Amino acid sequence: MTRIPKSVAIAGAIAVALIATALLAPWVAPADPTDIASYNLIDSELPPSFVAGGEARYFLGTDNQGRDLLSAILYGARVSILIGGGAVALAALLGVTLGLVAGYFGGWLDAVIMRVGDVILSLPTILLALLVSGLARALIPNAASASWAPFILIGAIAIHEWVQYARTVRAATMVEVQREYVRAAKVIGLPPLRILGRHILPNVMSSVLVIATINLAGAILTEATLSFLGVGMPPTYPSLGTLIRIGNEFVFSGIWWIAFFPALTLVIGVLAVNIVGDWLRDRFNPKLRSLA
Amino acid sequence: MTGVLLNRLAQALLVMAAVTAIAFAMFRYVGDPVLIMSREDATPAEREELRAALGLDAPIVVQYAKFVGRVAVGDLGISYRNQRPVAKLLAERLPATLELVAVAMAIALGLGIPLGVLSALHPKAWYAQAIQAVSLLGISMPTFVTGIGLIMLFAVGLRWLPSFGRGETVALGWWTTGLLTPSGLRSLILPAVTLALFSITLIMRLVRAEMRDVLASDYIRFARARGLPRPYIHFTLALRNALMPVITVTGLQVGSLIAFAIVTETVFQWPGMGLLFIQAVSFVDIPVMSAYLLFVGFLFVAINMTVDVLYAIVDPRLRSGAR
Repeated sequence: MTRIPKSVAIAGAIAVALIATALLAPWVAPADPTDIASYNLIDSELPPSFVAGGEARYFLGTDNQGRDLLSAILYGARVSILIGGGAVALAALLGVTLGLVAGYFGGWLDAVIMRVGDVILSLPTILLALLVSGLARALIPNAASASWAPFILIGAIAIHEWVQYARTVRAATMVEVQREYVRAAKVIGLPPLRILGRHILPNVMSSVLVIATINLAGAILTEATLSFLGVGMPPTYPSLGTLIRIGNEFVFSGIWWIAFFPALTLVIGVLAVNIVGDWLRDRFNPKLRSLA
Repeated sequence: MTGVLLNRLAQALLVMAAVTAIAFAMFRYVGDPVLIMSREDATPAEREELRAALGLDAPIVVQYAKFVGRVAVGDLGISYRNQRPVAKLLAERLPATLELVAVAMAIALGLGIPLGVLSALHPKAWYAQAIQAVSLLGISMPTFVTGIGLIMLFAVGLRWLPSFGRGETVALGWWTTGLLTPSGLRSLILPAVTLALFSITLIMRLVRAEMRDVLASDYIRFARARGLPRPYIHFTLALRNALMPVITVTGLQVGSLIAFAIVTETVFQWPGMGLLFIQAVSFVDIPVMSAYLLFVGFLFVAINMTVDVLYAIVDPRLRSGAR
């Protein structure tokens, strides 16, 4: 057992604390920013309580509609993490399944899956995600778009990210298939589904978890970028990106806190997850280095 | 060599076919073009007439072939939003984006390579450690946050630089450039730095890793043992080989710079293609979206091909087709 470097331990603690606080936002946040009755326009654009003119009720100040910024950030981080986590889960599920299938069966199935992956990887995540969410918005009526937004975002991000999992799992599967234990399992006539699920999958899982950690940071950033560009979460259910987008309109009037604190939260969170992810990769699977 | 190239060419064609198919599907199936283009009180008979006139009643394969034919001669349709030919809109916006991306790439290479070499040569020095720490921060910082931060500091706080637009531009034929006027140059600084930051980090980390690998290899150790001068070993023998993968990554970076230019252009209201695209996305202006997709798809394929060819030229091992 090697010792965990101090920087990684600190980053890990910050990441866990941030994720836990965000997920528990409905119970720990001072106010509910999605509840219109709980805020008042009179309180709008108040500076943080530690700055002249701030009020003790609002530690980080209020946004343009008088919402408590601290609460908005906690709820926003929750939205960001749920969407980022959802995208990673969907991408991993899709990528692992397709990677196992491609690596185990080979042939035309393998060729089709991998060529589709090549085409997808030749476009940057952000572009593909913009396109998918743009099209989804065109196809879904306006009235329903707010409630669909999180799912559109998850799909738009996962559509690019699954390829990494598929490539890694496929390569690992092709190696495992040659091993004695898989051959033995084939010889005694186990169905492919059972061989893949019970025998091969556990052996490729460690790589998948490493990629997922690194991916989480990227997925959260992509979501934030889409929301910032105005094609992500609507202002009524803001993610961190939406909050920064709102704040950006006030930067020129000297109201810096609406953009600053959500951005700070985002950067600290992503940095912490990145540090942990980097360490996991070096520790468990240095071969994955080329992916980042 | 020919094998590699043919393989690449086939892949490029596949990507282009996929991209045109998506662009076509967007045109044809997202919303009904007839409903969008006809008057609100048009009778069903009039709509059918328009449908026939537009060729939308022909078999789908024929429609697709016609679409590809139109795209090939540069007819990209008319923007729903501002009722102007899309090809013209793109052409107007192209110089702004390309200038931004080119300058950002130059900054990224100009800073990324020296910083990478520096931290590879003296990995234990304080500045190398500092560079490493800052680079992790750079990777974790989304482009729009960097942009807003720079605006807060240099445009709102210090009031040194403009925060939006291209400044004054000069027309050179159909190309408009901001590189020849002082206000154009000043306007370029913040967006270009913002766009470059992520690439600087990436190139720096790559150069550092490659350089360290090369410095640990046998031929460098022999060169040291022979007592060759250090600068010669570091910069002529080592750096050359360390820069090989940088070619690939630079190519890929041009692609992602163009994609991230969408974000930078939004933050700085830079009148380029990215801003055009994001406006098209929010107004569901399908012709502009699909034209942008076609353009970027084509650009990416061209860049990837160029990189592969360059690589084959630079690396003799690839030429014999030994793979």
